[in-house]
Parts: sequence; structure tokens; C-alpha cells
Amino acid sequence: MSDKPLAPAIEGWHTMAAKPHLIGSQCTHCGTYFFPKQEQYCRNPACDSTDFREVELSRTGHIWSYTNACYQPPAPFVAPDPFEPYAIAGVQLEREQMVVLGQVVAGVGVEDLKVGMPMELVLEPLHETEDDIKVTWKWRPLAADASNRPGE
Amino acid sequence: MSNEIAIIGAGMHPWGKWGHNFVQYGVAAAREALADAGIPWQDVRFVSGGATVRCGYPGYVAGATFAQALGWQGAEVNTSYAACASGSQALAAARNKILAGECEVALVVGADTTPKGFLAPAGGYRPEDPDWVRFYLGITNPTYFALYARRRMDLYGDTLADFAAVKVKNSRVGAKNPRARYRKCFTAEDVAASAMVADPLRLMDICATSDGGAALIVCSLEYARRIGKADAPRVAAISTVTPTFASGVVEMPDIATDSAAAAGVEALAYRSSIPMKAYEEAGIGPEDVSLAEVYDLSTALELDWIEDLRLAPRGDAAALLRQGDTALGGRIPVNVSGGLACFGEAVPAQAIAQVCELTWQLRGEAGDRQVKNAKVGITANQGLFGHGSSVIVKR
Repeated sequence: MSDKPLAPAIEGWHTMAAKPHLIGSQCTHCGTYFFPKQEQYCRNPACDSTDFREVELSRTGHIWSYTNACYQPPAPFVAPDPFEPYAIAGVQLEREQMVVLGQVVAGVGVEDLKVGMPMELVLEPLHETEDDIKVTWKWRPLAADASNRPGE
Repeated sequence: MSNEIAIIGAGMHPWGKWGHNFVQYGVAAAREALADAGIPWQDVRFVSGGATVRCGYPGYVAGATFAQALGWQGAEVNTSYAACASGSQALAAARNKILAGECEVALVVGADTTPKGFLAPAGGYRPEDPDWVRFYLGITNPTYFALYARRRMDLYGDTLADFAAVKVKNSRVGAKNPRARYRKCFTAEDVAASAMVADPLRLMDICATSDGGAALIVCSLEYARRIGKADAPRVAAISTVTPTFASGVVEMPDIATDSAAAAGVEALAYRSSIPMKAYEEAGIGPEDVSLAEVYDLSTALELDWIEDLRLAPRGDAAALLRQGDTALGGRIPVNVSGGLACFGEAVPAQAIAQVCELTWQLRGEAGDRQVKNAKVGITANQGLFGHGSSVIVKR
């Protein structure tokens, strides 16, 4: 990778901190979370609130299911040449009670994953443009050290 | 009963990768259905088309496009779009028109010409569109099928051999279906030798996209009696209900599920909610079903559907498969048309094609694919964003 500046692949969907969080929203009336952020209407059928607060979602959770991409997806995906397969995980966030999909970090394959495995959110490059390196959220197996407890 | 309509004609253009204009497939299917019904085109007073979004404006207004191609004769037109559930919604529109007494005979028709490879999203930079976002992040349709397949392995102990056995089973009947695209008897070794697409699913576990067209002639029970077809198969239920909030299954093309964090929320994924309503509407239960045509977008998904249709308890579909219960000649044959495994998917035609197969089966005209004494058939298919449809046909 070059020394170009880092920029989010999709603006406003996650923080850019060393320990990043997805940016979602929460209905102030019923407490339902949304990702991507939803600030216009609450999708809980028992709630007609239009009042939301922006929230950082839990950055750790457990694998709901996982797979990989062995074939290059079509555009708008920007693939490296040659294409490198990558793993994908759906991770269950406990507090939010929702599953969020994302790529798994480079170097971790399906053989390294298991349903229920603790994962954490990190940022990694998705592709490079002329001006910057576009990064996005990816899931990484949670290191088994005490400073990185689930539920953080 | 008063909510039923009769199916007096069924027709299909064979599935394939023909590369012709979709209208040609729809017209061929419609003409076959009309000939099957034995009625003149001029008797059709409502043309209900399933839209295709990959063939330009003629596809968006498919009902009118087919009506024009068959020759304007003053019928009313309708076009429905609901991804793979389009055909069922087009059928529902025809049923409503007939039951309201506004017409006696309707044509329901869908056809598609599909591009090669992955289905891709609309162009441009559109981060507000989940379909665009997931492709940008590298998440294709097989990703979702594979996540569900892995869940089956983890929760129920399903194996790769089970998934391959679905393909082998479906290819055995598909090989006998002149309308199917893939007509070869594949072995478990063939499946295992095919390329991995989205672990644990290989190329031969996943359905292709195809060209094809399917059509039905449906009418009031009174009209069917008048033309001597009082015993024609009947549409007993059409279900297009949504899931209930909060659904805990990541549905294509969403990047996340609903959140169930709010108190008092109950979840029912759409694959469970759709057949429930269909059974209720038809006044029958899973024990009455003679055969099912389900949406095997992947081999593993056929097993999910079998449980969602309550033809087996949750987690037991693979056991049914291993016993041969879901094969032709078994207790509850599933996908005796060959399913998507042998057809590939022609989106707006597929739900109609499922009903065509049930029609032929219930009439006893399915030849060497015939399910003995077939009385009740059910379909299930998947749209997008967690919705789909189920149709029950009975005789």
C-alpha cells in the first residue's frame, strides 16, 4: 500500500479511531437500534417515533455465520488484480440484538472461523483511489488477551 | 370455495441461455397456455405481467408489452414487480380481478433475459441503496445462501454430502424435464469437483440465472364449468405476507438485521410467515401436501424451505432427504420439476413456472416425473429484503 491518506469508503458509517465503532442510530422512544443509521422513521411496527440519537454500536460480538468470496464480485466492488478471496462474517451484537455483515480481515480464512467465535471491529483498506486509500470495517477474531473483552 | 380460481392453461418457453428478447419467451409461453386452455386470445380480458428490470422499458411495463405482442384486443393490463415473487403477485392481481367479478379469464405471464454471471446492482454512487452497498463491500447473492448453509451445518449437523445429495436428486428429475436448462444426471463427485464459490457452497450448489418464460390462463370457476373444465386445478391460496419485526435473519441485500433490542418484539422470518398464511387461506395443513416446488437458490436452501413449509420439523430436512422422502416416489417429493438446480432462475417467470409444474402434476400430465395421486401442491419462493411468496394449488 502507498502512503496516501486514509478515507472511509462510505462516509459516516464508522468512526476512524484505532478502536473503531460502526455509527448507527437508536430510536429515543422504543430503543430500537439501526445500522445503517436511520433517523427518519422507526421500523418497529409498535412505534411511530421520528426522534433518534446517533450511537456508536458495540465493536465486539459473536459470529452468527460465515463464508467467503472465492469469485470476484461485480462493480461497484473494486477488486485487486489478481483477485484475492476473503472471508465474510455475520456478527451478532449482544446489546443491539442485531447481526451485522462485513468482510473478515485479510489473512483469516473460513478454516479459522467458527459459529459463536468472539470478533471485534477493525478498519482495513477496501481499495485505493488516486487520492486516498478507502478503508472500511472488517471483523477480526478477538485476541484472547484481557484488554480486549467482549461487550466493550 | 368462493376464493378459488381455476387454472385452465399452463405454458412455458424452455429455460436456457438463448439470448433472445424476453418478449419472445413470454409470447411463446402465453400461446402454449392459450392452446392448453383451448380458448381464443380474445377471451382474455386481463393481462397480468411479471416485470423484468434488466430489459429496459418494455420490461417495466411487461403486461402491456406482452398484450401488444399477442395483438391488442382491448384487455386490461397490469404489471407486478417483486423480484422473484413477481409472478405470484401478478397471479394475485389476476385472482383479485376475477373474484371481484371484473373479468372471467386472465393471462398471467412473466419472462426474462438475464446477463451472464452475478446479478449486479444499478450503477452510480448510491450509498443509500443497501443493494449497492453490499456489492461495494464484496457481498454477493451466494454470500447470503452460504451464511444460511453454514448455519444448517452448525445447528443441525448437515453435511456437504447432504447438500450435494439435493443437487443429485433434483438433477435426476430435471434430466427428464424437456423445459429444464440443465438435463444431465449429476453425481456427488461432480458437485465436489466443482469450484468453491462461497464456502461451503460450490458452483453446483448454487443456481444459475437463465432466460425463460412461463404463463398461466386462470379463470372463474363458473367460466371453467362453462367450457367443460370444472375439474381443473384451482388456486387455493396466494401468500405474500412480510416477516414480523424484528427478523433475526440477514436477508438479501441487507447489510444488517433488524435490532430486537426493544422490549416486546417477536420475530418471524418471512420463510416461516409465508407458508403459515398460505395454509390458513387454503384451509389445509402440511400433512395434506402431495408435492412442493421450493426456491432452491442453493441446495442447502431447499432444506430450509422444507422445514419452513413444515414438511419436516426444524432441523430434520436432511434426514428426510437421506431417507429418500423428498425424491420422486418418496413420501413428500420436492422439486420434481428439477427445481432451480436444473432451470436456473428467470426471475419474473420463476414463480409462474412453479405453478405450471403443480398444474401438470395435479392433472397427472407430468409423464415420467409424475407424482402419484397428486392432489395438493405448494410453492415457495424468495424475493428481496425479506419477502417472497407461496401459492397452493389443489384439485
